[in-house]
Amino acid sequence: MTVPSGSGSPAAAPVAAIDVRGLVKRFGDKLVVNNVSIRVETGAIYGFLGPNGSGKTTTIRLLCGLLTPDAGEGTCLGLDIRRDSAAIKRQVGYMTQKFSFWEDLSIAENLDFVARMYGLPQRRRRVDEALERLGLANRRRQLAGELSGGWKQRLALAACILHDPKLLLLDEPTAGVDPKARREFWDEIHRLAADGLTVLVSTHYMDEAERCHEIAYIAYGTLMTHGPVDRVIAQSGLHTRVVSGHDLARVAEAVAAQTGVEMVAVFGSRLHVSGLDGAALDAALAPWMGDGNRQATEAAPTLEDVFIHLMNRSTDNFQ
Amino acid sequence: MIGRFSFGRLLAVMVKELIQMRRDRLTFAMMVGVPILQLVLFGFAINADPKRLPTAMLVADPSPFSRSLTAALVNSGYFDLRHTTTDPGDIDRMLATGQVQFAITIPVGFSRDLQRAERPTMLVEADATDPAATSNALSALAVIARQALNADLVGPLAGLRAGPDPIDLRVHRRYNPDGITQYNVVPGLMGVVLSMTMVMMTALAVTRERERGTMENLLAMPVRPFEVMLGKIVPFIGVGYVQVVLIVAAARLLFGVPIMGSLWLLSAVLVVFIAANLAVGFTFSTLAKNQLQAMQMSFFFFLPSVLLSGFMFPFRGMPGWAQAVGELLPLTHFLRIVRGILLKGNGLPEIAGEMLPLLAFLAVVTVLALRRYRQTLD
Repeated sequence: MTVPSGSGSPAAAPVAAIDVRGLVKRFGDKLVVNNVSIRVETGAIYGFLGPNGSGKTTTIRLLCGLLTPDAGEGTCLGLDIRRDSAAIKRQVGYMTQKFSFWEDLSIAENLDFVARMYGLPQRRRRVDEALERLGLANRRRQLAGELSGGWKQRLALAACILHDPKLLLLDEPTAGVDPKARREFWDEIHRLAADGLTVLVSTHYMDEAERCHEIAYIAYGTLMTHGPVDRVIAQSGLHTRVVSGHDLARVAEAVAAQTGVEMVAVFGSRLHVSGLDGAALDAALAPWMGDGNRQATEAAPTLEDVFIHLMNRSTDNFQ
Repeated sequence: MIGRFSFGRLLAVMVKELIQMRRDRLTFAMMVGVPILQLVLFGFAINADPKRLPTAMLVADPSPFSRSLTAALVNSGYFDLRHTTTDPGDIDRMLATGQVQFAITIPVGFSRDLQRAERPTMLVEADATDPAATSNALSALAVIARQALNADLVGPLAGLRAGPDPIDLRVHRRYNPDGITQYNVVPGLMGVVLSMTMVMMTALAVTRERERGTMENLLAMPVRPFEVMLGKIVPFIGVGYVQVVLIVAAARLLFGVPIMGSLWLLSAVLVVFIAANLAVGFTFSTLAKNQLQAMQMSFFFFLPSVLLSGFMFPFRGMPGWAQAVGELLPLTHFLRIVRGILLKGNGLPEIAGEMLPLLAFLAVVTVLALRRYRQTLD
C-alpha cells in the first residue's frame, strides 16, 4: 500500500500531520516511552501496533497533549506539542480506549455537550446531522450507558469527529466489537481519510493493521519498526516455511528446539516455521521431509509472524 | 492557554452536571433527605435542658413539709415521681439499674428538726454519669426547696423562713429567653447539612469522572480548569439553596425559631459559605483516587467541623488548641453568622468580623483546588 500525498498538490512537499522525534516518558522509574519518533503524512491511516503495556496509549496521550513528554519534541498538525497543546486539542479528535462519554447522558446530550465544548456554530443542526449519520436519530433520548459495545463505539467516533478535526487519534477503537461492526468501522475510517483526515489508530488485530497505509510496531516503549505493511515484512529479514502433512504436532515440538528456528506455530493443518536464516530452517526440517508424508514450501511471512518475531526480540533486549 | 474564559464552555459543563444530577436518584434523595433527617434528629430529639426525669422518693417522715416539697419538685417539671419506697436498698438498686435519675430521701425526724430550726438533711442522689442530663435539674433544686417550705413556715415558724438575698440578682437570657435548644440547633443545622452534603457531592462528582474514565475525555477537550470547576460548583450552589429553604421553612414553621435579621443578608453569606465547602470538595476530588477515598476525606473534614465548630459542644468550653482548629473551619464562622442574623438580628457590621475568615478560606482553597487540578494526566 502506498501513502496518498494528502489533499494538496503533488508538487508541494506534504506537511506531516504528526512529526515527533525522540519522545520519552517516564512514570516514576518506569520508562514507558523510549525515544519514539513518528512521522505521519497528512491523509494517511497510520496503524500503531504492539503488545499490551507497550506504550501505545501513552504515546497517543503525548501526541494530544494529555501528557507532557520528559524529552523529545515535534509537531502535531504543525503545532508544537509542548507549547500549543491547547490549540492541538481543538483540531484533534481523540477516542479513548475505554468508552469515555457520559453513560448517564443520552446520546443527543453527549453530542450536544461536545458541540458546546468546541463552541460549534449551529450546534443543534450539527448534532442532528451527526445523529442522522449515525442512524440514531430515533434513539437520541436513549442513555449512552444502555448502548451495546458496537453502538458505543460508533457514538464515540461520531462525537470525536463532530468538531471536524484534522487528526483523529483512535486508541484500540475496535476492542470488544463484533467483526461486522469492525468492518463497518474501518470502512468509515477509510471514508474519513479519503476526505483528508489523518488517522492514527492503535490496534491488536493484524487484519486491521493490513488496512493501514503505514504501520509502526512498538514494544516496551521502543519503536521496533515502521513503514508500509509489505516493507515491514520485507525488512524483517524473516524466512518462513509452511509445512503441511501428517504428524505436525510432533514435528512442531522437535523443530522448535533446533538452532535457527525462532517460531513454530500451528495454523490448522499447516505449520509455520520461521527464522532469520532460511538455510537453517531447511536443515531443521530436513529430517522430517524424507518419508513423503509432509512437504515444506517457502512462503512470505505474515504480519503476525513478523510481530511475534519482533516481540521475542524486544523481550530479549529488555531483559 | 486555551484562550479566554468561555461562557459557552462553562454553560456546557453546568448543563451536563444538572442533567447528571437529575438522573442520579441517590444524590437527589440525599439533597432533600439529609436536611429532613437531620432536622428530625437534631430538631426534635436533642434537648440540652431535659425535663421530667424519673425520680424515686423515700419519705421516712410523712408530714405537711414533705408533702409540700414533693409537690414543688414535681411542679418544677424537672422531676417525675415514679417510685416511692421505704427501703434504702431500693434506692441504690434503682439508681444502679438506671430506673431513676434521682433519688430523694427525707429522713426520720425531718419535720421535728425543721421546727426546732436544727437544719434537717434532705438527701438528693443523682445519677451523674451524664452530667448534662442532671445539671439543670440540680441547679433548680435549691430554689425549689426554699420556696416550697416558705409557704408552710407560718405563724411561730415564720422566723425559719429564708431571708431575701443580700443582692437583687437579675438575669436576662437575651436572644433566647426560654433557653430553647432548637433556637440554637436548627440554625446551626443549616451549616452542618451544607458542610456535609456540599463537600461530599462535589468530591464525588469530580472523582466519578476520573473513576469512569470520562475525565480523560474532558481533558482532551479545549476546556479550562476554571470552567470545569465553576461549572461543577454552580449547580450545587443551587442545591445548597434548596436545602437552606427547607431548613429555614422548618425553623420558622415547625420549631418557631425567630428570624430577627435579614434573609437577604443570610442569602449573601450563604453563597460564600457554600462555595467554600464546594471548593473543599473539589480539592478533595483532585487528591482522591476513587469515590471511596473522596468519601473518606469528606468525613475527615466533616467530623472536626461538627465537633469543633461549636455546633455540638459550647465553643468556649473547648481547650485552646481545639478552639484554634475550630477557628480555621468555615462552619465555626458560619454558625456565629447564622445565629447572629436569625436570633440576634445582626446586620453586616456585626457579622463582618466573621465574614473575613470565611472569604479568606474560600480564596485559599480555590487557589489550592485550581493548582491541584491538572490539565494533563501526568
